[in-house]
Amino acid sequence: MIEMHDIWKTYADGTHALRGVSVRIDRNEFVYVVGPSGAGKSTFMKLIYREEVPTKGQISVNGFNIGKLKPRKIPYVRRNIGVIFQDFRLLPKLTVYENVAFAMEVIEAPKRIIKKRTMEVLELVGLKHKHASLPSQLSGGEQQRVSIARAIVNNPSVIVADEPTGNLDPETSMGIMNLLEEINFRGSTIIMATHNRDIVNNMRKRVIAIENGNIVRDEARGEYGYEV
Amino acid sequence: MKFSTLLRHMREGAKNIIRNGWMSFASMSSIFISLFILGIFVLLAMNVNHMADQIESKVQIKVYLQTNVEEAKVTEIQNKIGNITEVSKVTVVSKEEGLQQLKEAMGEENSDWLEGYNNENNPLPISYVVEVYDPQTVEAVAAQIQSINQADETLPITKVKYGEGYVQQLFKITNAVRNIGFVIVIGLGVTAMFLISNTIKMTIINRRREIGIMKLVGATNAFIRWPFFIEGALIGFISSVITTVLVLVCYGQVIELTQLDLSLMMFSLVPMKEAGMMTALLIIVIGTLIGIWGSTISVRKYLKV
Repeated sequence: MIEMHDIWKTYADGTHALRGVSVRIDRNEFVYVVGPSGAGKSTFMKLIYREEVPTKGQISVNGFNIGKLKPRKIPYVRRNIGVIFQDFRLLPKLTVYENVAFAMEVIEAPKRIIKKRTMEVLELVGLKHKHASLPSQLSGGEQQRVSIARAIVNNPSVIVADEPTGNLDPETSMGIMNLLEEINFRGSTIIMATHNRDIVNNMRKRVIAIENGNIVRDEARGEYGYEV
Repeated sequence: MKFSTLLRHMREGAKNIIRNGWMSFASMSSIFISLFILGIFVLLAMNVNHMADQIESKVQIKVYLQTNVEEAKVTEIQNKIGNITEVSKVTVVSKEEGLQQLKEAMGEENSDWLEGYNNENNPLPISYVVEVYDPQTVEAVAAQIQSINQADETLPITKVKYGEGYVQQLFKITNAVRNIGFVIVIGLGVTAMFLISNTIKMTIINRRREIGIMKLVGATNAFIRWPFFIEGALIGFISSVITTVLVLVCYGQVIELTQLDLSLMMFSLVPMKEAGMMTALLIIVIGTLIGIWGSTISVRKYLKV
């Protein structure tokens, strides 16, 4: 599904964010990406949804060679990748429904189908009753649920979540994790960068640890392994 | 693009104006103020030009004949002058009319100077008043009339007068006034474009995040651009229509207030119908284009992410 081969990423200021990373993530896996701040986790995630391109090496997602992608093909690749952020990134002037439906309008789905599917995913994340609210009227956990609904509405095969629980209290975080597990169960690959030791240790999955631009650990049912 | 997608873009573009209420208001105000000033200067320039035309059209050529020229000759020369392509009209001024005009020109107080002259002992020659289509050609036409005279061995014409020197001076002034008006209008137009596009740019910088999110969920650049394009066009169009209405209402007031005074001086302003069409077309086209231009340029900048 996702394959990286000897990936290097050097930014314009000379920092080496990744130094020869090779990894393979199969369909329907659930992967935690852990490591200290500034280790290269975010760069690793950004390469997957083509926010960044590698300086050297090959990366393929769903069979597309992402590094060599023509700019006008990028949107079509992104439609198959759902992205979730720590800061939710919802459009503040759109309602919950509009925020989610927007991702389907982009792929020019028929209105009838947009309506049906949007309500469906809002029900899945437990926010059907708040479809007419604005993001500012929701709690942090609810806003993250909306952004998850937006990420999954087009049935992407890969979900990239960059610290999705970073801004949430432990109880709300567990709710979000249960939701992600449910989505993984339904068939999407999930790659989640996190600093949350409790989550990683309680919900055992594959753990990839990145330090100083290198993968230092890759365990099938790993632990967080860092002192917080 | 699907038709339903186009409708979606139009709906979104219109909704965005309301969603970003204050920013739309700022853009509209800036378009309104710039185009209002531009509109007033366009009308001013049009009227200065119109005045210059009216002054120039008062320029005519006077041709005086020998006192003893026969009827047939008078008609022959009239036809020859009338055949010059630049000439629009040749009027014969008879001796009697000439005397009458002279008396009027000298006025009541000095009328006794001409006392005793009547139709029997009228000393004045027959003359023509020659009018031309384009006042700027009087000099050339005068020269042609002179050559008609040279061609005739009796040399029937004694004098061709068109206000030499004075006319050239007048044209210099009217041309300068026209050019200055044109430069001011162009200058204001350019200033307006920068002012407006800056405001629009600011409104879009505020929405950089929005564009980023659109890209993230897989929107193509065209898909992102369209609503902004429509939003810009609508903002430009709506504010320029409001501007046009206000500028023309003001102009209507000016026409009404000055009508009496100006007609006493034998002048008139550019009529509403003509001025209105020109100004409306200019303001609305410029306004809409600026709206589109400003939003397109600014969006393009953030699409490269």
